[in-house]
Order: sequence, then C-alpha cells, then structure tokens
Amino acid sequence: MSRLAQTFARTRAQNRAAFVAYVCAGDPDFDTSLEACRALLASGVDILELGVPFSDPLADGLTNQLAAQRALENGMTAARVFELVRRLRETSETPIIFYTYYNLLFANGVDAYVRAAKAAGVDGILTLDLPPEESGDVTAACRTHGVDTVFIIAPTTPDARIPTIAAATTGFIYYVSREGVTGVREQVAGNIAEAVARIRTHTALPVAVGFGIGSRAQVAQVAALADGVVVGSALVNCVRDHLGDRAKIVAALAAKAADLAAGVTRS
Amino acid sequence: MPTAAADTPSLDRFSLPDAGGHFGGYGGVFVPETLMTALQDLGAAYEVARHDPAFQTELRHHLKEFAGRPTELYFAERLTQHGGGAKIYLKREDLLHTGAHKINNALAQAILAKRMGKKRIIAETGAGQHGVATAAACAKFGLDCVVYMGAHDMERQSLNVFRMRLMGAEVRGVEAGQKTLKEAINEAMRDWVTNVRSTHYILGTAYGSHPYPMMVRDFHRVIGQEAKEQILAREGRLPDELIACVGGGSNAIGLFFEFLEEPSVRMIGVEAGGHGIKRGEHAARFAGGRLGVLQGCKTFLLQDAEGQIESTHSVSAGLDYAAVGPEHAFYRDRGRIQFAYATDDEVMAAFQLCSRLEGIIPALESTHAIVEGLKRAKALGPDKVIIINLSGRGDKDVQQVAKILGVKL
Ligand SMILES: Cc1ncc(COP(=O)(O)O)c(C=O)c1O
Repeated sequence: MSRLAQTFARTRAQNRAAFVAYVCAGDPDFDTSLEACRALLASGVDILELGVPFSDPLADGLTNQLAAQRALENGMTAARVFELVRRLRETSETPIIFYTYYNLLFANGVDAYVRAAKAAGVDGILTLDLPPEESGDVTAACRTHGVDTVFIIAPTTPDARIPTIAAATTGFIYYVSREGVTGVREQVAGNIAEAVARIRTHTALPVAVGFGIGSRAQVAQVAALADGVVVGSALVNCVRDHLGDRAKIVAALAAKAADLAAGVTRS
Repeated sequence: MPTAAADTPSLDRFSLPDAGGHFGGYGGVFVPETLMTALQDLGAAYEVARHDPAFQTELRHHLKEFAGRPTELYFAERLTQHGGGAKIYLKREDLLHTGAHKINNALAQAILAKRMGKKRIIAETGAGQHGVATAAACAKFGLDCVVYMGAHDMERQSLNVFRMRLMGAEVRGVEAGQKTLKEAINEAMRDWVTNVRSTHYILGTAYGSHPYPMMVRDFHRVIGQEAKEQILAREGRLPDELIACVGGGSNAIGLFFEFLEEPSVRMIGVEAGGHGIKRGEHAARFAGGRLGVLQGCKTFLLQDAEGQIESTHSVSAGLDYAAVGPEHAFYRDRGRIQFAYATDDEVMAAFQLCSRLEGIIPALESTHAIVEGLKRAKALGPDKVIIINLSGRGDKDVQQVAKILGVKL
C-alpha cells in the first residue's frame, strides 16, 4: 500500500478527514522552507503538498504566484526541490505530493523526472495544467516508478468526464470547490456535499477538497463531507506576513497548521 | 536557398488538427480542469457555426461593412526598385478598421460568443491591436469587455490603451513577471477560470488550447483567399514567396493556409530577433527554443534547462512572446514553412524606409516581414513575385519610434 493509501485508510479508521497542507517549495528560501515544512509535519499535517515553483503558474492566485517568485528568485531549481524532499524524508514518513505544471516534468523527459521524484521520496504528483487526455506519459511514468497520480475535478466537470479522470488517478481526487484560482475566500463554496457525492458514484478513490479554505471552521465544514481538506494560501500567507524573520515564519506556520488540523475531526 | 517545400509530399491541410487539437506532435489541450468543459463547448459551438450559412453570412457582412474587407493587394513599386529584384506586393491588412488583421478574428469570435449566450468578453493584448479590435467588436455588439495587458506594453503602446478605453473596454494592467504578453495571457486565463460560465475568452492569435489555434486560423484564412485571387488577377500566376511576421502566428497562417498545397509557393515566417539570438534578448522561438508546453499548447518555447519560461525581448510588443503557434511548428518540421528573424535594428531601418518610399507606415510587427522580404527580393531576381503580409499599420508605434530615434514630439 502506498503512503497515500495508508494515510487515507488511517484517517478513515479514525473517522476524520486528512489534513493536506500546501506550501511552495523554497519559499522564501531553501533553509526557511525546510524548517517550515518540518514544523508543518510536526503540527498535525497528514499530507504535505509541495508547490514546485514555476515561472508561469496560471492556475494560481496572487498569493501563490508571489511565493513561487520568491522561491525562484532565491535559487530554487529542480535539484533543490528534490533535495528539500530528501531532507524532509530523513525525519518523516508523511506522504509528500508535488503540485506542479507540466512543462517542469516535460522539459527533461517525464520519465526521468518522475524517477528522480520517487528517489527523493515523493509519493504523488498533481499537474495543474494536464488533463487526463494528455497525461499518458505521466501516468505511465508514475506507474513504472510507483508514484501516485492526483487529478482535479472541478465544479464545471460534467459527470461524463469523471470516469476518465478517475481512471487516470491512483492517489486521490482533488475536488476544487470553486471556479477560480487558488486563494483564501470568506466562505466555503456551497454544493460541496453534492459534488463529493456525485464523484463517489463513479469512484472509490479518496476525495480531497481544496481552493479557498483558510480557517478551522471552514476545515471542519469540509471535513464532514470529504476524505481530505486542502489548505494552501492561508499557510502561504504566514510566510508572506513574516518575510525576513525565519523564526516567526516557522512559528506562525506551526500555529496555523495546528489550529487547522483541529478541524479535521468529525463530531 | 532550401526548396524543401517542393520535395515534401503534400498533405491535406484540412486534416489538421485532429480531434484533440494536435498538429502532429504539437498543439493539444493543456489547461486546468475547470476550463476543459468550456473548451469543449467552444469547440462544439464553433463546429456548428462554421457549417451554418447564417453565421458565415453574418460574419462576411461585418467583415465587409465594419472591418473593410476585402483589403487591397498593393504593388509596392518603390520598395521593389529599392530591393532590386522580385516584385513586392503588400497585402494591406493595415487598412482594416482598427488597424490590423486582428479584427478578422475578434469580430468572428464576438459573433460566436453572442451565439453561445456569453455577454462578457475577456482578451489579452500585447501591441494592443488585438485589444483594440476586441474592444471595437464588443462595443459594436454591446458586450462587456475586459482586456489584460502587461504594464510594460501599456507604456509602449499607450495610444492603444486609450483607444480601448474610448470604446468602453476596461484595460487591466498586469504587473507580474516581465509585464508583457505572456503575463497578460496568464491573467486572462485566471479570469476565465474564475468566470468561465459567463465569459468568453477571445484569444488573439493562433495559439493556446484546441480549438483556438484552428479557429483563429480559420478566421484569418480570408487573407490568403483574397491574396490568391488578387495575385492571379494581377500577375496571372501564383507568387513565388509569401512572407509574414510570426508572433503567435495568426496573420502568417492566415496568409499561408490557402497556399499550403501549392508546392511552387515558398513560405517564410519571420520572428523577432530583438538584440540578436542571445538568451533573453529575442523572441525567435525557432532559433533559440525547444519543445515544451506553455499556456495550453505543446510547441517551441524559449525556456531554460529546467523548463522555466525565459524572458523575451522585441522592439515590437506583438512579437514579444516566448511561444509560437503549433501549426507553424508542424509545417516547419516538414520543411513547408521556413523561418527567419529580423533584429530590432533592421526593423527600425525598414520602418523608416517603407514610410519614406511608399507613404505607408507599417506596424513594427509587420516590418519584420518587410526586412526579410527586401533581402529575399534581391536574391530572387526580377521575374519573381513575393507577397508580404502588411499585418498592421504603424500609427500605434510612432511615439515609441520617435523615442528610440531621440525625437521629441
Ligand atoms: C500588426 C500586428 N502584426 C502581427 C502581430 C503578431 O500576431 P500574429 O503572429 O498572431 O499575427 C500583432 C500582434 O499584436 C500585430 O499587432
């Protein structure tokens, strides 16, 4: 069983949702990011989703765009992203997935990239701009190297497409709760229950819900409905708010993660 | 001079792209899931429209009465003399309403949006010509219009910003990255992902995810259809060469498409050589790029070793882009379309030359094609005929050119 499958089996047994935390790898710099990720992993995070910084993150809102920009400006490269995962693996068995864009996988060969990711300790890959129809090389490489795939279902996805998406997925389905880019919103989207139920009629894969979730109350609301809850921009904001002060970044992230993690239990 | 065109077996130009939007190994659909259905709906709506005589009639009507088609094929006598070789004809897309070929596509997509019941339009623009064309079409049809434009481009094409605003469009500046066309497209796609149910995205070039490269090409095919008829009437034969500048590739494929299966006609796309082929100093994707995926499409890109997109430079905002349309990449592999580039300096010289010799101020984008046309005319000799696509007029560029020349206005 993959680390991802084990994690969802455990959280299901505990009658709770998995807490999926997103930060950008190398934001604002490698050393801070390493400490920040370690703090997250020690604060109730069930799955760590690492954004791989890309020059043109067209599915991301401003918060994540700026995070990627900081990371790139401070020297993040593919090799450094893998190095970050390797360092995290020294002390943690928590699943780590990449949240990335296709050109970064494609540039030097998808198979080589996925092999390197696996060797570093990556458990799954979510490629934002890769629909299942174009994903043959990625799903094949992931199968070969034992890395899980994660694909997105959106509110605009018609029922007829869900089996195609599910067939390409081995890790979990990421349901984006609203049309739009990443970013914190005042309110969680309505219709999540309905959407998750719709997805579950087509697949037994775990369903995590993300986009726009930023508070413990919102986490709790979604945790009642889905197998996983993803929080991203609200955590990245902890980095942004304390730029230049590593200790504060790490402390703020740990506190925020612990607070959010308390929301995943179901009453 | 290579003549691969004549040796390559001809290919049915209508067989491309396939149902998934692939031109051989190029093109396709690479977008966030939220947009998949919108693209499929758009493809379906376009498929119906293209076979609907009512759509074609409405489009032809507006192209004639609003945009000013057909455009002339003009014999540039003094440029020909100056070149000292082949006869040079200019396809006068610069005479269209709003000043460039872009209106062909903007009008057609606005009509399509109306048919689809979408009342809000978004667009990206580099030089501002596509933004102005879209703003005009939206004003005409009473559609809401938001145009994304890089802050750097807003500065160098400030006249076009004002024109868009006069026609009721909201122009949103984009401050990210190098503040040019690529960042404007990112921002337009973010808007589209957010407002996909109400909004149609009028993409301005033969680029992006299926069906855009095919659809935008089809909306510009009229350029080549007219040119073919006109040159046959004038010269009694096909041209020897067609030359067009290539940003995303819409004016070029629009001119070329009708001739793709005429083996005697050579075709040359001209990219932006900027300050020369050094990293970050140009936008000649076929000179310094390699295969990758950007903004929905697999094609030649300017990128670093790890797949991060590189910055670009061109004196012309409309060619200042890191990727090139997939159909061009496909026909380049087959040797059917060749590519060259023109540098900023060559463009500045030809801009002034064309203005002085012909009384026609060309867009800086189109001037790239003139640079190459003059070189090739000389090499070809006097019994040959070339057509240069004058994709737009240079009114929008005069302030920037004055600045470069050190002239105070
Ligand atoms: C006059 C003119 N020509 C050419 C272009 C380049 O676009 P394309 O390659 O799609 O024709 C532009 C783009 O802004 C333009 O304004």
